[in-house]
Amino acid sequence: MTEPAITPELVAKHNLTPEEYAHAVEILGRTPSYTELGIFSVMWSEHCSYKNTKPLLKTFPTKSPKILVGAGEENAGIIDIGDGIAIAFKIESHNHPSAVEPFQGATTGVGGIVRDIFTMGARPVCAVNSLRFGPITANGESDISNLKSEIANNRRLFAGVVSGIAHYGNCFGIPTVAGEVYFDKTYQGNPLVNAFCLGVLRHEQITRGAAKGVGNPVFYVGPATGRDGLAGAAFASQDLTEESAEQQRGAVQVGDPFMEKLVCEACLELLATGAVAGMQDMGAAGLTCSTCETAARAGTGIEIELDKVPQRAPNMSSYEIMLSESQERMLIVVHKGREEEVKRIFDKWDLPWSEIGIVTDTGHMKVRHGGKLVVDIPAKKIADESPVYQREAQEPAYLKDVRAFRLDGIADTTTPAEDLKKLLAWPSIASKNWVYRQYDHQVRDGSVVLPGSDAAVIRIKTDSLPVMSAELAAKVGDPKVSEKLIAMTVDCNGGYVHLDPYEGAKAAVAEACRNLACSGALPLGATDNLNMPSPLKPELFWQIKESVRGLAEGCKAFNAPVTGGNCSLYNQNPAGPIDPTPTISVVGLIEKPEHVTTQWFKDEGDAIILLGDAVDQADPILGLGGSAYLQVVHGKKNGSPPRCDLEVAKTLHTTLLGLIQSGLVKSAHDCSEGGLAVALAESCISQLVARETPRLIGVTVDLTSVGRASSRAEGGAENGSSGASPHRLDALLFGETQSRVVISCKALDAVKVVERAKLMGVPAVQIGKVGGDKLTMKTAGGEFSTPLAELHDAWWNSIARAMA
Amino acid sequence: MHFAVLQFPASNCDQDAVHAVRVLGHTAACVWHKETSLGGADAVIVPGGFSYGDYLRTGAIARFSPVMQAVQTFAAAGGLVIGICNGFQILCEAGLLPGALIRNRSLQFRCEYVFLKTATTNSPFTHRIPPDQWLRLPIAHGEGCYFADEATLASLRAHDQILWQYCSAGGEITDGANPNGSLLNIAGVCNEARNVAGLMPHPERACEPILGSDDGRLVFASMIAALENRRPAAAA
Repeated sequence: MTEPAITPELVAKHNLTPEEYAHAVEILGRTPSYTELGIFSVMWSEHCSYKNTKPLLKTFPTKSPKILVGAGEENAGIIDIGDGIAIAFKIESHNHPSAVEPFQGATTGVGGIVRDIFTMGARPVCAVNSLRFGPITANGESDISNLKSEIANNRRLFAGVVSGIAHYGNCFGIPTVAGEVYFDKTYQGNPLVNAFCLGVLRHEQITRGAAKGVGNPVFYVGPATGRDGLAGAAFASQDLTEESAEQQRGAVQVGDPFMEKLVCEACLELLATGAVAGMQDMGAAGLTCSTCETAARAGTGIEIELDKVPQRAPNMSSYEIMLSESQERMLIVVHKGREEEVKRIFDKWDLPWSEIGIVTDTGHMKVRHGGKLVVDIPAKKIADESPVYQREAQEPAYLKDVRAFRLDGIADTTTPAEDLKKLLAWPSIASKNWVYRQYDHQVRDGSVVLPGSDAAVIRIKTDSLPVMSAELAAKVGDPKVSEKLIAMTVDCNGGYVHLDPYEGAKAAVAEACRNLACSGALPLGATDNLNMPSPLKPELFWQIKESVRGLAEGCKAFNAPVTGGNCSLYNQNPAGPIDPTPTISVVGLIEKPEHVTTQWFKDEGDAIILLGDAVDQADPILGLGGSAYLQVVHGKKNGSPPRCDLEVAKTLHTTLLGLIQSGLVKSAHDCSEGGLAVALAESCISQLVARETPRLIGVTVDLTSVGRASSRAEGGAENGSSGASPHRLDALLFGETQSRVVISCKALDAVKVVERAKLMGVPAVQIGKVGGDKLTMKTAGGEFSTPLAELHDAWWNSIARAMA
Repeated sequence: MHFAVLQFPASNCDQDAVHAVRVLGHTAACVWHKETSLGGADAVIVPGGFSYGDYLRTGAIARFSPVMQAVQTFAAAGGLVIGICNGFQILCEAGLLPGALIRNRSLQFRCEYVFLKTATTNSPFTHRIPPDQWLRLPIAHGEGCYFADEATLASLRAHDQILWQYCSAGGEITDGANPNGSLLNIAGVCNEARNVAGLMPHPERACEPILGSDDGRLVFASMIAALENRRPAAAA
């Protein structure tokens, strides 16, 4: 087979700049072969090399005494959770593939992240996802051209992604325990699909993706290599256009969860034999990335023979074999002399395997095909010397208007009950049961708090852990471990980030940590997914830079070091860039089962307490900037988002956790989109006993004296001049002032809780009590009362109605 | 008592079933689908999952595996066999239970808690369940709609083979309580000999209070009590 000649056009087609190509030639000391060009192209794509974001990512806090494997070291970070047990977790995007082929894009997204976790030697025990789509209802979206067809397309993408995640996760047997879904026109045509997986293992079971031990054989296990997913990593690192989507449909891989389940079980079984020296999944850039990276990590070389690679299609070229992203494949380096164990176990699971190469001391990655040497690249150089760019950043002009936005001309609400119902029915706020009821969220016998509360909680038990090797079992003695409780959540309000990347990113971390605090957990670590537009435009790169600054400060403040993550750039389509969406998932530990706290009110007569300032009076737009209320009721997505004071947030979280650990808190729910009124409503309607059996429990709250005198109020004069009355009812009910939590406790404990919170420096006030079958709010603007059944219907059924 | 938990490729509730049996103070071990013996077990659990990926039809391939021949023999000798979710589908495909499980009425996978009314306590799987207590158990399936022809349904009723039906919180057999469109709200049945049963809900996921329900214990406790009453059992 003759390979094409290397021309500047071919180089450009591979997304390499002339400078990058020159560097490749310099590394090789000669012109690359066609296959080598392909390898440079994928290895130096943004997806694999982080060439545009590396300098920013270095600013993340990544250290803590509990971190066993840190950011960037391996396929996923690992954190100690005590008693010799650790968790491995990571989030990763599959945005571009999902835009082209939603079902398969999502399945392979889940498959890829699950593989990243068991590659570390951990047993995957739960999954989480974060999704963004264009609007699925016409409400308030009058300015979309071709409204009907766009909405139909958004629904198709949404339904396809959800069923893809369900298909893969359910069949693999991993519970999908939490997630978030937002709908906004900025994501039209460019949905975001971020998948998170968490696994558990003992410290000694950590497996490295390194090709250690010169002379050790290299095995390929898993299904045969086909032409699917050719150069998907390179595809994911370009702008998405209709043309590219059409051309690149072949770049989307097909996921097979059945195969992944077998590969996972076989790998964990193999790891327990102690025969494995190193293991790496073939994810982005397939065989290329896995061979290069394993050799680079170990400082060794690797030599493989493509004729031995199981192939699904005839006459595949070396270029195709090396760049294929066929799914569910693993590269395993085995201690010499223990090859039989690999064969025995993979035969047992009826999985293809093949010994394809050997670890060498040359430092080179050499590939032979048909008797010819087709690739000869210094492994460490291509992995480590990827280009790094310091991109230019410039504040975008639109932010001037955003900062100048005031509430003048926006009339205060006179129909809060109606507005509340609208907000509850807004798909971004509405119950996501249409989504999570399609996911098996209870398999593996560990789900303690199911989807629908602030954070998911799982328990880790002895048999959650991977099987131990005989050697380890002898060392450990009694294999029984005390059960651990892990809480996790994923958050990001992309609208906030668009309106102020720095504050918005801080708010994302704060919300995630607030959700954990509400569940009774202390943060352990975080994983981030930067979903961003092109880094090549200074205005857009500024957004990326400011988002990272916010995330980094947030993670530092809450002591949640980043253990790894993913960057997805070029998220834009012909209609424009997406809102910068730095999704953040934070994982925390709950000390004791009795500290597990859920968001819904529990018993009649309990006292309801608001922790935090009802309204940030120093904010000229009173927490309404970027709020769901302004979007839903007034059709405006504008204004500086609520300020996120990390010190205030930290104090709130510590105080809340202290109260929970003292056994005083019966429910805790944070105020986020839709503000206090939505938080109260959700606390009344979100408990689900069983199918068609919600438990509705009412409240009466008196807000007449709340939100006026604030302990931190200082901006009264400024508000006056901007025309915003500090007593606006909409700001009180629907404003999204940060660092607020609605809790309930026994009536007898109310005074104690309020006093303790105040002592810690957290504003606290009892606002009402639980009881009845209505949500009743007494305000300075009158008394509003709505039957819970109505609120529940709006909130629970809205997405199902849109999708019917 | 010792339970054999069958393990097909892509069974994924196998470890949960083993865990549940251990929580109840008994022993369980996975038995690989290529085995031809059940290892002297007192009872068999065919667990949930996606055996062989279920790409053809749920349970359609699993019924041919070597271990299923052993289960056939075990069941014919009167041994207790329970199939949960995919296990129920496999037992139907294998002809050990009447009827079939087809795609949910919603055409979507459903994972949620349901209430179950125990239709008869006259079985080794239900005799310890208080008849006036609705079990609250989770379901998680895409193909759980129980279907059978009129004659089969009549026979099921005539022989008191319907074990569980989906019901409302108040114990009524309503359409709203039916998560998948099953005929007669059937959630679980047994064979005529009453030693083989299958159900779509997951009792093994509801054996500890920390998981939100321990109603599932009643199913396993019934089986264990039945086994203890009839010892010595037929050797597997």
